[in-house]
Formats: sequence, structure tokens, C-alpha cells
Amino acid sequence: MTVSQAHFRRRLLLRRAAGIAFAALCVAATAAAIAALGVLLVQVAAKGIDRVGWDFLNAFPSRKPEEAGIKAALWGTIWLMGLTAAFAVPLGLGAAIYLEEYAPRNWLTRVIQVNIANLAGVPSIVYGLLGLALFVRALELERSVLAGSLTMALLVLPIVIIASQEALRAVPNSIREAGWALGATRSQVVFRQVVPAALPGIMTGIILALSRAIGETAPLIMIGALLFVPFTPSGPMDRFTVLPIQIFNWASRPQKEFQVDAAAGIIVLLAVLLAMNSVAIVLRNRFQAGGRR
Amino acid sequence: MKFLRRMRSAISESRLVLLLVVAVAAMAVFVACGDDDSTSATKTPGGAPTQTPGPQLSGSINGDGSSTVFPISEAVAEEFRKVQPGVDVVVGIAGTGGGFKKICNGETDFNDASRPVKDAETQACAAKNIELVEFQVAFDGLSVLVNPANDFAECLTVAELKSIWQPGSTIKNWKDVRAGFPDMPLTLYGPDTDSGTFDYFTEVINGEAKASRPDYTASADDNTLVQGIAGDDNALGYFGFAYYEENQDKLKLLGVDAGSGCVQPSRETILDESYAPLSRPLFVYVRGDALERPEVKAFMRFYLENGKQLVGEVGYVEAPDSVYQQELAKLK
Repeated sequence: MTVSQAHFRRRLLLRRAAGIAFAALCVAATAAAIAALGVLLVQVAAKGIDRVGWDFLNAFPSRKPEEAGIKAALWGTIWLMGLTAAFAVPLGLGAAIYLEEYAPRNWLTRVIQVNIANLAGVPSIVYGLLGLALFVRALELERSVLAGSLTMALLVLPIVIIASQEALRAVPNSIREAGWALGATRSQVVFRQVVPAALPGIMTGIILALSRAIGETAPLIMIGALLFVPFTPSGPMDRFTVLPIQIFNWASRPQKEFQVDAAAGIIVLLAVLLAMNSVAIVLRNRFQAGGRR
Repeated sequence: MKFLRRMRSAISESRLVLLLVVAVAAMAVFVACGDDDSTSATKTPGGAPTQTPGPQLSGSINGDGSSTVFPISEAVAEEFRKVQPGVDVVVGIAGTGGGFKKICNGETDFNDASRPVKDAETQACAAKNIELVEFQVAFDGLSVLVNPANDFAECLTVAELKSIWQPGSTIKNWKDVRAGFPDMPLTLYGPDTDSGTFDYFTEVINGEAKASRPDYTASADDNTLVQGIAGDDNALGYFGFAYYEENQDKLKLLGVDAGSGCVQPSRETILDESYAPLSRPLFVYVRGDALERPEVKAFMRFYLENGKQLVGEVGYVEAPDSVYQQELAKLK
């Protein structure tokens, strides 16, 4: 009896130690990720924060680092992201609703499902080639912000679809059944019960998708996004440039002063990203609070 | 309470529907605008040339191509806008080869190029009835660099460079580069294979464009190469002269001996082409039919007349006056 108790106690101590060690490992993993991000942010902020100001935000590109500004790239990014969201969100959400709520479970939907998952992993340059052939050349949209955002919408569509599907799938079936039992039609159940319940998850998917799109350069260079643009887009057919292209170019210029511009550009890009995400988070919290209970 | 909750959920439903309606409407509007704009955009280039070239021009000029030449075109476009605010000049960085594809497809008016056009590219253009007019706008000198701690290498011959960089080269120690060099590992740095600088260096040193040993540290960003060489006592690397000029304190410049003595790259030796064979001309190619448009012609004239000062400002070496005169004659 005492032998097995002593044995148990020893095991217990070991198990507790293992538990603490595991928790410590998890903390270390989190700390490492945050530290890397922190170092990056501090470095960029220290280098570029003095450069960020009205002049920087309101000037067009220049060969003189101290006169160069980010106006064209900033507005290009805002246009591109707005249009990308306008295309990708309704299409992605619609496809997800169809696949989850309407489509029969057969081999065809399974094939579609596998293909969507694969598309999410296709390198972005491939979407650039598709955009160049389809939007720029076949549809003759030229090197417009419209062609760019359509390409970007294709790029992020799989992410939106998959995230929305996951969110819809997480809604308990009992909610649908309760709706049907009360005589609601399928579309009534989808729009009044399932989608509102899934909205927080859907919003998270949209944030992830747009966060990916805002940092992309390769597909945009492929479709002919520019670098020196001395005007802001005034319509979807205007030529454009975006923040990551401008930042990359500044970072690779020989003159050191351009490195400061690059750091300032990164700060602006982060600010746009944060602003975009906080809009989505505010929307999500509103739906979460108001939608159900 | 119950009533309130119902109210709230009703509001959120209507908000959701509203959101969807707005999104779909926005899409419809954008697509409609797109159609509208595209037709008006295709009309303008056809209508513009009927005007006589007055002092104030309007229109838009599309440029793309080499990221090496980009800073020059950017500087010229920036200055041109001050005298011709009605002309929108835009420039991209699709690369020399990517830019030639675009110009031969009629998508751009001029192409920045860090090497001369290839026969295959001229033919591809000719197949679409597009003729290219070549303008030389500047010189660049590819510079060979080592770490400042390297106190033995001052100059390398073209043959030594070739023995280091040619495909299949097994030289991994400085002592194998030249008898008398110390027993020190050799680490190599160079531009990546998409770069026009890589094309040019491999062509003049190894005898064939893109033929290079693959085991070197490659980067598309020359600043990365600067950092690499500055932090590695064993380093040898090459990149554009402008990147050396901005980092003289961190790097040691080597001379190159092509048979007539050791020459270091400098503004003078690049300009008089005594820094051979690593001086290279930089070009702008313009579509023949685009040159008929007054705004394009005015832009190229401005490029050749004012580019000289700007070329130096962005780190390249201006061509001799005679070259600019000769290129200006092509505009007559």
C-alpha cells in the first residue's frame, strides 16, 4: 500500500513537473514570436517615425529622398483594398453559403472543395499571370486598379471561402432544425440564423484575406502595377502603385536616405493594415453583441 | 426584455442585409464605371495626335522596364511634370525582359533597359508591327568589391574573374585565385539571376549571358550584397557603381585589368570607357509609333537634354555630350 502510494506520489510530481515544463515551452514560443515582431517594429519605428508626417503622406515619389512621399502608393493601396473587398467578400461568402448550406454532398462538391483548398496554396505570382492574361489583356482593363483588384480578389477568394465555410460549419445544426421546424424557408434560416451566428468567424477570414492582399507585390508587378505615379487614382480604370512596391524600391536604392523613407513607408502600411483590421473587428463585435443573445 | 432582444436582432438582420446590398451595389457601380472609363481611355490616344505641338501638351505616357534604369526615368518624369503638368508619365519596374514583352504587346510607350534589345525581342515586336527606337541615356560601371579587411587584393584580371565566376568553377580559396594570395576561404556575393546586372556581368566575364557558378549568395537587393560583403572578411562580390559610391567606407573597390593595366571604376573611367569591359550603357527604347505623338517626343527630347544632370544625381554616369547629340538627332 505504502509502496504504491509512494510510487503514485513520485509519478504525480513528475507529471506536475512535465505540466509546468510544457506550459513554460508554450510561453517561450509565444515570447519568441512576439520578441521577433517587437524587434522589427522598434527598429522600423526608430528609423522611420520622424519621417512620417503630412509632407510624407502628401507628396508624390521623387528622386530626392527628402522630398519623396507616399501619396500615390497610399491611395493606390486604399483603392485596391476597397475594390478587392468589394469583389472578394460577396463572391466568397456566396460560394461558402452555397457549398455549406445548399450543395448536395457528392463527388462534384468534393472535387470543388479540394480544388479550393489547393488554390489557397498557389503562389501569388501564378495569380499575377492569370490576371495579366485574363483581366489586362483579354478583358482589356489595361494596367488599371480594377484589373489589380480583380486579380487580388481571385488571390484571396479561396481564403475567404474556406474561412467562411469553417464558420458556417461551426453553427450547430440544431439552430437550422429549429428554424425549419418553425416553418422558415432555407434562405430565411441562412440569412436570419446561420450567417449572423457565423459572422465573427467570417469577419476573421476577411481580415486574414485582406491582410495577405495588402502586402502582395509580385502579382501586381506582373499585371503592370507601376512605381512612379505622380497622381492618385480617380477611378477604377486609373493606373496605380501600392505601398509594398514603393517600400521595396526605396529599400533597394543605393542612397541611405531612402532607407528612412522605406521605414516610414512600412509604418504607414502597418497603420493602414491596423485601421482596416480594426474596422473589421468593430463590425464583428457589433454583430457578436447584437446578433445573438 | 424579450421585446428589446427581438428589436435588436431585427436591427442586426436588417444591417446585415444592408451590408450585402451595399457590397453588391458597390460591385455593380465599379464594374459599370470600369466599362465607361475603358472606352473613354481607348479614345484619347487616337484623338490626341491631331493637335499641333503647342507649348502645353496633354496626354499620358506609359513606361516600364529595368529597375536599374528606373531611378533615371523617375527623375526625368519628375522634372518633366514641372514643365508639362498636363502630361501624365508613369514608370514601372517589370524588369528589362518583362518590359520588352509589354512594349511589344503595345501596352507601354517606352521601356527602360539595362542591356541592348535582343534579336528575338526585336522580332517579337516586328511581328506586331512595332518598331523600337533605341536611346542611350547613361553609363553604369559594374564594380568588383571586397571587404576592407582584405589587404592583398588590389586588382583582378578578367581571366581571374572568369576563373572564379565561370560555371563549374571550384575555386573556394583566395590562394587558388592567384599564386601569392593567402590561404583564406573565398565567399561570393552577386545579384540574383533575374537581374540585368547579372546578365551583363556573366556575358562580358564568362562569355555567355546567365552562365555563372550557382554557389554564391544571391540577392535581388544590392543593399543586401553591400551588407554581406561589409560583414565578411573573405567576401568578393559585384554590383552597380552607385551602391559602391554610397558605401565607400564599408567596402574596398578592386580594379579590373582587361589586358591594358589595372583600372578602377570612377566617373571618369566609366565615362571614357577605359574601365572595360564592365562599363555598360543604359538605354530607353521607345515605340516608333508612340514617338509620333507630340507629348512622347517632347518627353524624350527633355530626357536627352536634361537627363545629363539627373543621371549623376541618382548615382549613374552621364554619357558624353556627343552621344546625347546623336540620340537627339533620332527625334528629328
